[in-house]
Amino acid sequence: MTMTLMVARRLLHAFLLILAVLVLNFLLIHIAPGDPADVIAGEMGGATEEMLADIRKTYGLDKPVYVQLGVYLTRALQGDLGQSFFYNAPVLDLVAGRAGPTILLVATALLFAVFVGTMLGVLASHKPKGIVSGLVTVVSVIGYSAPIFWTGMMLVILFAWVYPIFPIANMYDITRGGGFFDRVVDILYHLVLPALTLGIVYLAQYARLTRASMLEILGSDYIRTARAKGVAEVKVYGHHALRNAILPVVTIAGLQFGSIISGAVLVETVFSWPGLGTLAFESILARDYPTILGILFFSSLLVIAANLITDLVYRLVDPRIRTGG
Amino acid sequence: MAVIESSQDIVQSQSPWREAARAFRQSWAGMLGIFILILVILFTFVGPFFYPVDPFEIIWAPLTPPGATERAPLGTDYLGRDILAGLIHGGPATLYVGLVAGIITITIGILVGAFAGFYRGMVDEFLMRITEFFQVLPALLFAMVLVTLFTPTIYVVSLAIGIVSWPTTARLTRAEFLRIRNLEYVNAARSIGAKNRRIIWRVILPNALAPLIVAATLTVGIAILFEAGLSFLGLGDPNMFSWGLMIGAGREYILDGWWVVTLPGFMIFLTVLGFSLVGDGLNDAFNPKLRER
Amino acid sequence: MAAILSIKDLVVDFKTRAGNARVLNEISLELESGEILGIVGESGCGKSMTALSIMGLVPSPPGKITNGSISLDGEDLVQASTARMRQVRGGIISMIFQEPMTSLNPVFRVGDQIAECVLLHEDISKADAWARAVEMLTKVGIPEPEIRARAYPHELSGGMRQRVMIAMALSCRPRILIADEPTTALDVTVQAQIFDLLNDLQRETGTAIIMITHDMGAIAELADRVAVMYAGHIIESGKTEDILTNPQHPYTRGLIACVPHLEENPTEDRPYLSEIKGVVPSLTELGKGCAFAPRCPYKTPICEEERPHIEAVDKTHSVACYNVKYVVAV
Repeated sequence: MTMTLMVARRLLHAFLLILAVLVLNFLLIHIAPGDPADVIAGEMGGATEEMLADIRKTYGLDKPVYVQLGVYLTRALQGDLGQSFFYNAPVLDLVAGRAGPTILLVATALLFAVFVGTMLGVLASHKPKGIVSGLVTVVSVIGYSAPIFWTGMMLVILFAWVYPIFPIANMYDITRGGGFFDRVVDILYHLVLPALTLGIVYLAQYARLTRASMLEILGSDYIRTARAKGVAEVKVYGHHALRNAILPVVTIAGLQFGSIISGAVLVETVFSWPGLGTLAFESILARDYPTILGILFFSSLLVIAANLITDLVYRLVDPRIRTGG
Repeated sequence: MAVIESSQDIVQSQSPWREAARAFRQSWAGMLGIFILILVILFTFVGPFFYPVDPFEIIWAPLTPPGATERAPLGTDYLGRDILAGLIHGGPATLYVGLVAGIITITIGILVGAFAGFYRGMVDEFLMRITEFFQVLPALLFAMVLVTLFTPTIYVVSLAIGIVSWPTTARLTRAEFLRIRNLEYVNAARSIGAKNRRIIWRVILPNALAPLIVAATLTVGIAILFEAGLSFLGLGDPNMFSWGLMIGAGREYILDGWWVVTLPGFMIFLTVLGFSLVGDGLNDAFNPKLRER
Repeated sequence: MAAILSIKDLVVDFKTRAGNARVLNEISLELESGEILGIVGESGCGKSMTALSIMGLVPSPPGKITNGSISLDGEDLVQASTARMRQVRGGIISMIFQEPMTSLNPVFRVGDQIAECVLLHEDISKADAWARAVEMLTKVGIPEPEIRARAYPHELSGGMRQRVMIAMALSCRPRILIADEPTTALDVTVQAQIFDLLNDLQRETGTAIIMITHDMGAIAELADRVAVMYAGHIIESGKTEDILTNPQHPYTRGLIACVPHLEENPTEDRPYLSEIKGVVPSLTELGKGCAFAPRCPYKTPICEEERPHIEAVDKTHSVACYNVKYVVAV
């Protein structure tokens, strides 16, 4: 009962957020300098008077603003995010076609960062003044300070000239044949560098966070209890302490999802990864506003979905939230 | 004489700010950060006097590698412009955007966070909904949209960065206000009839400053990264010579000449590293408990 | 009766910035099977460190056992391997702590936490271990044990959590239970319940208990014998009755006088609430004399020159003080 109620409230909340993003998109079209019809057509679409008139009619641009908002929201909620005149295709199709690679990249980078990061954090907490610990600190400070596209370019240079073992561009090799399995392997092979670039910043941050919370937890009373009942040190670290230390990592990873998508935009551009980021880059060059706004909307959807998932995961890992309401 | 000196020591050690300053001087991260920032500032503000080369002027063959000619010690870009001159002249614009965007971020963040944390209830609910909404939008994409819809001048870029980055500061400020608003001295101020405005800005804010100063330092670094990211995507101010602009212009030539993008990127990295390290040092200085670790 | 645990000349040092702190200084103790031994003293006198030494849980660094032995049925635990110590902890010697609120892991069910202890020490199936956990919860007087076993620590009150801790500690039928101020953090009425519970369980299982406390009242009610500690030393030990009615060391007398009472006519000697003047000295600044000398009303020149050794007053009662006779005479 309470669980369904909770889920229902969360979903309603998510729906309101989605509406809010659409309203923002609508406002942006109208706040932008110039005729909204021009904005919708896109500056470089070479819009004719005929097209503009058509747009004005579809979006009711000669009617009062609230009617226009109503039209816009209704159309958007029916899945019509407008037409890209630059690509000559519906925005929804464009965005949907590019979402997969972005989700693959972001999910891989995030899981890699969370798992390897927490593991390194646990290792570092075992010897707070050891090599792993020092490395984690250095990498996290550098990763935090270096522009992510710059890190990516360094890797491109490294793997283009010094060790040319990983592909530095695109998602797969179109010249290579083979079946489905070969294609999957090829995609994973191309995924290595982009995911590494995107993941390593967060990996170091999570490692640092895990180390800090491990150090605090290892001094806590319940760890003493675990030792007092004869639990081996490996299990004290890997089970009793880690189960508590991942809680802040889950929270932060959820909060950072938006910033990971931002990072993905840059990383995709560096590695020509055919996702939403490269689409955004291309449509900005073309001043294709409907597509850009569609990407903003869709990536916000991804963040909202990620927040919902984080919420559920947190409920699974922290019993205090589960029953506390 | 010795007695007077020692009593001064006691007075000094009682001020938390002096105590923090002393702790900061002992933090290697903080001092290294200050050192890096001083180097960067000297390089870009004093550099032009020693190296008066116009960064827009084409002086040599395009994509000349570093060390190939004395005219361009760090090589030339794809048009044949001097990279070293670019590095020297590109600093002020980048630092300017970082500082302005940082100030905008912190101002919005503190205003929203302070009102939400102080008034709570409906105000808090409303402001936090807005904050949450802004956190749902991927910051870089949102900034890209803003800059694309308007003209990419240095002011639009700074404002866009400020508009997309304030939620973190707002949350931090709110948490601090919620913590402090019920402390004894706030109740004391209220009991002698201090107005809300006075309590917010004169009583609570000064006591919330320590974490906010750390956040502000880091925010400037993040804003610089943002500017670099936008410039990389071709959304920087084309009329202001900045490191970001060099990166954006040279992006397509990385495989032809590594130095075109690597060097300005390194300058940005160095600057942000300076701010991050100073932030770490301040954090250590304000949290004596963590210093033991 | 034979001693199951005997501590001889145990020394524990802590390296601190201020210098070397001798947290335990030549402690000798004997615990006989089935008895309740009380250890009393102010905070920081080394009570808890004695317990952690027995458990092999002295935080290291900075702490280190530098001398002495702790023998369990003739086996020296100071020299024992880490693997052997894991068998001992929870299996032969168990411990419950002062803070029930934070001593249980917040993310695991209490039943699992008890069952884990059983699984670690006995060759038993998971289902049987769970059954044992429920059985133990019943034993420590938790209502609806099947339901409570599935609860998380935050769903239980402080008294309940301490009962869970006791259930966990006794789940493998240990021979020795160390209770480190088990009731300090609890309400007074709950304190009495926990003491009663420990008393009952002790009678039922015959587990020897080391009861660490600063509460003379609890000692009077529960303990068979008492050791009084001060600044890392044992300064007096004997049967509870002897210590309470015939305390020898000035510090012990002070501790007993500190128990508030409600006699009708308070006097200068015996006010409603008395205190021992001064504070426990810093362990890095102990002189060569008696550690209690700075606070002692009976101190003589020799007290500050040389540390008194613990010596027998009669067969079961010993004390470390030069001025025993004088103190007794007063």
